[in-house]
Amino acid sequence: MSHAMHLEESPTTGDEVITNYTINFGPQHPAAHGVLRMVMELDGEIIERIDPHVGLLHRGTEKLIEHKTYLQALPYFDRLDYCSPLAQEYSYVLAIEKLLNVEVPERGQYLRVLFAELTRICNHMLNIGAHVMDVGAMTPNLWVFELREDCMNFFERASGARMHSAWFRPGGVHQDVPEKLLVDIGNWIDNRLPELFGDAMSLVLDNRIFKQRNVDIAVVSKDDAVAWGFSGPMIRAAGIPWDLRKSQPYDVYDRMEFDIPVGTNSDCYDRFVVRVKEVYESAKIIKQCLAQMPSGPICSDDRKVSPPKRAEMKQSMEALIHHFKLYTEGFHVPAGEVYVATESPKGEFGVYLVSDGSNKPYRCKIRPTAFSHLQAMDFMSKGHMLPDATAILGAIDVVFGECDR
Amino acid sequence: MAVLHSAPRFTQIDGLKATLTQALGDHLVEADEEHGELLFTVKRDSIGDALRILRDDHDYQQLMEIAGVDYPSRAERFEVVYMLLSLTSNSRIMVKCSASEDTPVPTVTTLWPNAGWLEREVFDLYGVLFAGNTDLRRILTDYGFEGHPFRKDFPLTGYHELRYSEDEKRVVYEPVELAQDLRQFDFMSPWEGADYVLPGDEKADTPPVDDPKTTESPKQTGAGAKADAKAAEKVSADAPAEKDGGKSPPAPEPTEDEPARSERKGKTTDTAEATEPKTKDGK
Repeated sequence: MSHAMHLEESPTTGDEVITNYTINFGPQHPAAHGVLRMVMELDGEIIERIDPHVGLLHRGTEKLIEHKTYLQALPYFDRLDYCSPLAQEYSYVLAIEKLLNVEVPERGQYLRVLFAELTRICNHMLNIGAHVMDVGAMTPNLWVFELREDCMNFFERASGARMHSAWFRPGGVHQDVPEKLLVDIGNWIDNRLPELFGDAMSLVLDNRIFKQRNVDIAVVSKDDAVAWGFSGPMIRAAGIPWDLRKSQPYDVYDRMEFDIPVGTNSDCYDRFVVRVKEVYESAKIIKQCLAQMPSGPICSDDRKVSPPKRAEMKQSMEALIHHFKLYTEGFHVPAGEVYVATESPKGEFGVYLVSDGSNKPYRCKIRPTAFSHLQAMDFMSKGHMLPDATAILGAIDVVFGECDR
Repeated sequence: MAVLHSAPRFTQIDGLKATLTQALGDHLVEADEEHGELLFTVKRDSIGDALRILRDDHDYQQLMEIAGVDYPSRAERFEVVYMLLSLTSNSRIMVKCSASEDTPVPTVTTLWPNAGWLEREVFDLYGVLFAGNTDLRRILTDYGFEGHPFRKDFPLTGYHELRYSEDEKRVVYEPVELAQDLRQFDFMSPWEGADYVLPGDEKADTPPVDDPKTTESPKQTGAGAKADAKAAEKVSADAPAEKDGGKSPPAPEPTEDEPARSERKGKTTDTAEATEPKTKDGK
């Protein structure tokens, strides 16, 4: 941080008058959740104006996607918001499926919903832990990271990768999961998650210091939340029960029974509690998935979209050709444009996909959740103290891989 | 076409296309519906009015996204697409207009405060100007970046790369120098619209000859006793017998050394200024 301070003599009293000064918050600041640079204008310790500078992690993902086939572009989505990889693959595969009009078998749909919710828990563990740590508590973060680690192990057992799974595919998922994994997830949801998470939250939710740091900080009215394009926990904390899983269900979300937690006061504390409640709702959805999941194929049998099984390739010439064509040329997507948005743990994550009928996307615009929220940082922080900026930022739940793309 | 996919199912309102077509009136150029999504193309100058009508009279409260698209072959090469969401009627529509490098699009920051960054992004990546946006700075690219990287004619590798220079103890900018050419694999089938030239393609355009070549008599084929004798001739001597037990000769020595990589050339850009904070009075 660097600052420039000007001391002047007040003409009447002779007191020292401190004029506004500017500081750089970040880009290398532990509470900035990544490479965020905020140019802050402060009046003493009161924030007057914030100008967030984003783009320090800009990698040109959308341009890279234009140069890859549809399938090759998929792993880029894991690397956007690296805290909730599968949630982003979800929007992309659904956009492709919408253009192709491909049917996904039931088991594939259930598996995707199950793992999307597991991703939500995984993401919220990081955000809840980081938020508490931003305002001064250490222990809960260490505990919820244990749970995050469990989630990662589940992802690894399903896809082979802890974080960058690339497991959702157009037409379903890449591989079926072992039965033991589903049993273990069920046990984890029933026992370990409520126990450890409950313990961690009992330290935080009624904690006096935590409340002092979060209650009545960055209150956003319903109208403002709508006008600024808020989504996800940010708009729900403002008291608007808007959840794309309920209102615009995809896959088998319409068969799930769950509640939408909403806030009453629309401050940082509400945003935090909404996320805590969402963890329990996700657990409910996972249990329903486990109970209802049928057996059967996990990926579309349309061989022009999804590759055949390896065993089949040993016997069938046609299967071998399909495999070769899918992994070299890839599949062609009919010309057209769609905007598909799903409820990622951070809010509405959208993909605007333009196809020209070839095997590569003509344009793939990614709608990050953070852009709208971070833009509102200026008006949310106005009049608050400098240390409140970290609480506000923590409650936004921003990850720069996704914001900067 | 039956809907088989399981993408998000928002409310499909009957007659919405007709209603909005009528509401937009003269602003509208074209109304489209594909894959269950409504797409309205409006005149560039009336984008603000059109979106205001949709927001105030038809409950599209939220502007979720503004996307730029580049179609270099068109007269007005850019498209600016606005994604609107209605929380109350649970509906999504897309509204778009076209623009070129020097025809500004009216800003919608007056309608939605979050349009500011979204327009900045389209400006940064495509160079579309937004008239009335008071804060049209670059947003995603580097401080001091030149050009608009998401245009189709901007190379994927870019023009500059940066690295930390141990000599100068700071980050320096240099022209891009690739150790290996960027490879673009084109897997399109030749019979499915690939546009590269295959060996032999040039023959396809050869016009037919007036007097086609024919072989009506054996004489024309060149066959006969003379050709047979010529064919029986030995072209080369017999191969020598293997004396050293059939050992193969050693691999040839390399004829030249691996050429060393040339040193980096070109100027470096001083970036010290960009990281200094600016105060109000410019100090």
